Amino acid sequence: MSVFDTFLNWPVFIEALPMLLRGLGITLGLGLTAIGLGLAGGLVLVLLRLYGGRLLGPLAVAYIDVFRSVPVLVLLIVIYYALPFVGLRLSPFWAATSALSLVSAAYSAEILRAGIEGVPRGQFEAARALGLNAVRQMTDIILPQAIKLVIPPLTSNAINVMKDTALASVVAMPDLLKQATQAQALAANPTPLIGAAVIYVLMLLPFVRGVGLLEARLNRRGR
Amino acid sequence: MPTIVSLRGVTKRFGRFTALDDVTFDVQSGETLVVIGPSGSGKSTLIRCINRLEAHDAGAIVVDGFTVGDTRQLTRIRAETGMVFQNFNLFPHLSVLRNVALAPVRVRGLSWRDAEDRARKLLERVGLAAHVTKYPAQLSGGQQQRVGIARALAMEPKLLLFDEPTSALDPEMVGEVLDVMQALARTGVTMIVVTHEMGFARRVADRVVFMDHGRLVEEGPPSTLFDAPRDPRLRGFLQAVLPH
Repeated sequence: MSVFDTFLNWPVFIEALPMLLRGLGITLGLGLTAIGLGLAGGLVLVLLRLYGGRLLGPLAVAYIDVFRSVPVLVLLIVIYYALPFVGLRLSPFWAATSALSLVSAAYSAEILRAGIEGVPRGQFEAARALGLNAVRQMTDIILPQAIKLVIPPLTSNAINVMKDTALASVVAMPDLLKQATQAQALAANPTPLIGAAVIYVLMLLPFVRGVGLLEARLNRRGR
Repeated sequence: MPTIVSLRGVTKRFGRFTALDDVTFDVQSGETLVVIGPSGSGKSTLIRCINRLEAHDAGAIVVDGFTVGDTRQLTRIRAETGMVFQNFNLFPHLSVLRNVALAPVRVRGLSWRDAEDRARKLLERVGLAAHVTKYPAQLSGGQQQRVGIARALAMEPKLLLFDEPTSALDPEMVGEVLDVMQALARTGVTMIVVTHEMGFARRVADRVVFMDHGRLVEEGPPSTLFDAPRDPRLRGFLQAVLPH
């Protein structure tokens, strides 16, 4: 058997394509939900960390440290297989979304912190001197500038979340990877796995390259 | 003339360094007060304590009847106090017009339309009518600082604080900013100006105070201070900064 029959078998690929595309849809839904929730959670965490005072600040730090230390796969398995023992039973989709968002929120918070701390002190002072309240200082002045600074690392984080969605296949989520392994079993041929790998790469490569270009441009402009 | 700013025994420390040491003075409404002194003498710290960008450690500051340091009165004090910074601190992501109109909308509750009308008038007054849609990075330093002045004026403050407004400018742009400030002083707004521009101090100030090592050393009308300085530290300072 040639390499083409084994790994790049076109008829097998065409046969598996509808399954793979269904899986891709689920992967995208899972990834985008987790990216959105992770970003929102990260914003809350960073504001608590920077402005939460002596009680909430350290709690936010503790959360960020713990969730940056725990492997996503371990967290996912704990959520899916352990939480039902205390009566909390999540669907595969929500188990995976929770695990990915909880971890992504911690990373997003750290990225946003770097962004907020990268805004010159004079911007905070000008906003305060004008009498803007704390919320307005953030929404009108600091965050628009901070987010611009951290678009590249936030995009990198989003790419990681998208890749980590493949972990959801271990909790029987019919995502792109799970569909590919099932198609492989049906066809008794690994081509669907190769197909899934190619789809992941095609989906994420433009973003990976985009981050590179964006960082180069930001560096050229000096900030 | 009623007193608009009053400082009583104000002291500020940064760690073991005493930036302000028992400073007491009053500013009358409508007065232009120029603060001079060597670098590190506490001039900037002084005006930054007035609008609470720095918190003083001892003494009392009252601005327009409001006590600086009382959190409930902080917004009122800042709304009535405009500040112009050495490094302009314009908001780079907002147009010139929005830079000026933002605070009146967010703090005074004006509509965007009214605030932008006000902003256009002010920008015209500082000679920037042609630049309202530009972004700060597209302007020269002198133009940026004039936007900074318009931004402070847009709140219609009772008191304007200038923190070395021309120190970051190329020499050829200093004049255009000082001209705007001089015109402002004539309108009767109260101004406290920290500057190294002795010519400006002499021409425009109603009163000059000289600071050294965090202490208010000498004060008086510019003619007295510049032509008949009493304190040897002031004499030394003037000798060093005035053209030879």
